[in-house]
Amino acid sequence: MTLNDLPDEALLDKLQHAAFGWFLETVNPENGLVPDNSDDGAPVSIAVVGFALSCWPVGVARGWTGRERARALTLATLRFFAAAEQGGDETGTGHQGFFYHFLDIERGRRVWNCELSLIDTALLLAGCEVAACYFDEPTHDEAEIRMLARSLIAAVNWTWALDGGGTLSHGWHPATGFIRYGWEGYSEALILYVLAAASTSHPTPPDSYCAWRRTYQWERIYKHDVLYAGPLFIHAFSHVWLDFRGIGDAFNREKGVSYFENSCRTVQIQRDYARLNPRGFQGYDADCWGLTACDGPVGPMTTPDDLGRQFLGYNARGAPYGPDDGTLAGWAPAAALPFAPADSMAALRTMIGRYPGMMRDDRFLGSFNPSIPGSGPEGWVSPRIYGLDQGLLVLMIENHRSGMIWDLMRCSNICRRGLRQAGFKGGWLDGK
Amino acid sequence: MESRDSGAGALGYDTTDPRRERTQNLSPPDWQNPAPAGIYNLVVIGAGPAGLTAARLAAGLGARVALVEAAAIGGDCTNVGCVPSKAIIRSGRLYAEIARARHFGVAARGSITDPAMALARVRKVQARISRAEAAAVLQDEGIDLFFGKAGFAGRRSLRVGDQTLHFARAIVATGGILRLPDVRGLEEVGYVTVETLFDRDTLPDSMMVIGGGPLGTEMAQALCRLGIRVVLVHDEPKFLPREERDAAQLLSEQLARDGVEIHLNTTAVSARTTPLGKEITLETGGNVFRMTVDEVLTGVGRIPRIAGLDLDRAGISADPENGIAVNDFMATTNRRVYAAGDVCGQYMFAHVAEAAARLAVRNALFFGRRRFSRLTIPWCTFTDPEIAHVGLYADQAFDKGIAIKTYTILMHEVDRAIADGEETGFVKIHVRQGTDRIVGATIVARHAGEMLAEITLAMERRTGLRALSDVIHTYPTQSAAIKAAADACVADRLTPRWRRFSSWWMSALRRVG
Repeated sequence: MTLNDLPDEALLDKLQHAAFGWFLETVNPENGLVPDNSDDGAPVSIAVVGFALSCWPVGVARGWTGRERARALTLATLRFFAAAEQGGDETGTGHQGFFYHFLDIERGRRVWNCELSLIDTALLLAGCEVAACYFDEPTHDEAEIRMLARSLIAAVNWTWALDGGGTLSHGWHPATGFIRYGWEGYSEALILYVLAAASTSHPTPPDSYCAWRRTYQWERIYKHDVLYAGPLFIHAFSHVWLDFRGIGDAFNREKGVSYFENSCRTVQIQRDYARLNPRGFQGYDADCWGLTACDGPVGPMTTPDDLGRQFLGYNARGAPYGPDDGTLAGWAPAAALPFAPADSMAALRTMIGRYPGMMRDDRFLGSFNPSIPGSGPEGWVSPRIYGLDQGLLVLMIENHRSGMIWDLMRCSNICRRGLRQAGFKGGWLDGK
Repeated sequence: MESRDSGAGALGYDTTDPRRERTQNLSPPDWQNPAPAGIYNLVVIGAGPAGLTAARLAAGLGARVALVEAAAIGGDCTNVGCVPSKAIIRSGRLYAEIARARHFGVAARGSITDPAMALARVRKVQARISRAEAAAVLQDEGIDLFFGKAGFAGRRSLRVGDQTLHFARAIVATGGILRLPDVRGLEEVGYVTVETLFDRDTLPDSMMVIGGGPLGTEMAQALCRLGIRVVLVHDEPKFLPREERDAAQLLSEQLARDGVEIHLNTTAVSARTTPLGKEITLETGGNVFRMTVDEVLTGVGRIPRIAGLDLDRAGISADPENGIAVNDFMATTNRRVYAAGDVCGQYMFAHVAEAAARLAVRNALFFGRRRFSRLTIPWCTFTDPEIAHVGLYADQAFDKGIAIKTYTILMHEVDRAIADGEETGFVKIHVRQGTDRIVGATIVARHAGEMLAEITLAMERRTGLRALSDVIHTYPTQSAAIKAAADACVADRLTPRWRRFSSWWMSALRRVG
């Protein structure tokens, strides 16, 4: 029996369970840290840890792990970060409440000369807030979870991260200071600005949310009016936690479209682009798409007609402007399920049926590229599994099935305050 | 049949040596400056695009005009900038076409690049263009042409060598000079700029281009296509910092495809000579590494040329960074003196220089009140694909509080672009939301510079985007993309209410039969 023989609900359950299993298999129970990907010795990505914190409650709700274990893992994670060294040392863990992007999995110290990352810290904090909202029992452990999570969130010095400018910086290096450019224009950083706006201890001024909107691109592309961002993950990341249905900021009100509806339209642009397939890659059609940030082959692309293209390695691919090298993320349609249930399901089934080799043990590998000859129809296949992809799968499938994460976060005072500070109104936000 | 270059023999062009012909035309060594003819209506300093335009326009209107040039007529445009770079870009484009000839069903075997021949062609092109602006031609047009360095002697006079020219009005159009990056040791190691590059007989095997602005990216791409290993170093996260990020991203992808080694967010820190060549130390995000190349091309930014003009004697305010201060009428702080072109610091393009010069002449000689700020200014970066822009960018519109909507057509939706195999790019037209008033546009396409003119015209004449939908475009052309964007704007008018009304009308028609 193949995956495609399963009815929709059973198929999604299997895919979601498999993705969840990756976290259970790879987490370091001592400190709750999770590796970035399945490579031997891969470092921890703090964003993946944020996803893991968000996944544990889903696992409990689905009966894939016990509340006890989820609580223990969550506590280990939060205790680690709460006690972590925060001096901005080259081999430390964080600075000003933010954390370095990549850490070693045993000691949780900075590796790869990486940056102190704002967006990845935000994704970690979103996970902390999920934990604080989910573990609501009046027990000592769960009270500690709530206390640690909220204190981690409160400790972040967002004001410092503005670096005197209008927008939040991309990050900071211990040797060279702030990265010179800030988060501006529509991107996955929406949740970053919401969390920053929610801070009562080190808030960002309302101007900074306005400044990030400065380079928004409201375009009519393929007959869809859309706030453009090419890679699909941008339209999914913040939506893992925040339910943008029915609420809107000044931009949404001006254009008459919510960020949720915008993601729905973006899925259609992905479909239209794949159908047009301007670069003539193998496999692309309205039911086979998924241009996003993902793994990919590297080096010059040899085609019979010498077009001289390049493969892009790990890169943010996007539609319709590209970059596009024929590499698709098999998991992307599943991550888009809440936005376009029927179209995403059709794509998911088409891609699973056509390219079974893009999966390993029912888990999606990073990506595949059918334009490159390989051992199967899927051509080149990423050799590794990425934690970000698995987290996105668990959480977006859950939102599609039950709306669980959205429900949790709609009750979060931090999220509500952040959204309101950023100018969001309407829908569930106007309630109590 | 023997080809004839009409009139060439009669005017004595030396077509065998384009270098000599250009020199003979643009800076004739045996030139005798005329005797100053009393008070000139207009004295123009600098014979680049702005100066030539001003002098010719004024002379055509019957003014007594003197034109002073310190080096060569044509300025940077003809001699080191627009013209030679476009000529070398053409060679590069052909090589790129040949490299993908098989895509078009052509087997192009054994073609190898020959930079020396490409450079020789550049000089021929320059020589050809120099014929239209030769010293003798200008003299025939009634312009008193002086070669020499000009400096103001007072508020109404200036000196060229030992001669004094008196003027009623003057226009300063001395252009700009190259800005060099601050790289320790580069002066000692040596480098080329566009001022020296095109005069070489051949090109080195490897070059580092420092600076990813318009000229830097144009040259990096062209040189790389000519078979030179090119390393492009740019200290910002994207090329063409001024342009839309999608345009810059498409360009990045194309440059990588051409084989340019790209280093964004990277600063050249220092340079030294080693037995292997010129070793440049680069720094990115705290990491330091070294690369060795045969030659370094830099000086891709420009600053106004004001040194030696003795502007203070004429009461003209200027500063080294922003050039001569002019008001919206192009007048300097000396009401008799105007300025135009790169020397004013803003919008350093030949066509803007010409437009400003025309405006300055009208304001100077006819008490005109034409404003520079009213001009609709397009520009284009001549990479492949070209990146052309006019009006506001999305963020500028945001800053001005203008809500905009962008109508985008991808070139891969355009039949002719598909047929031509030139599908990279887009047309984006920004209109004020709820109207069809065009506030800006960006085109990325093989011939974006040519396509942009239609939108510039619509903006200048304030026709609105919907009007372009009624303009019949020949089919199939790439500029049909502009009509498609206009059609989308028209379709937007069909609101749900209109659609309901239309449906009702159609059903009524059916009932009537």
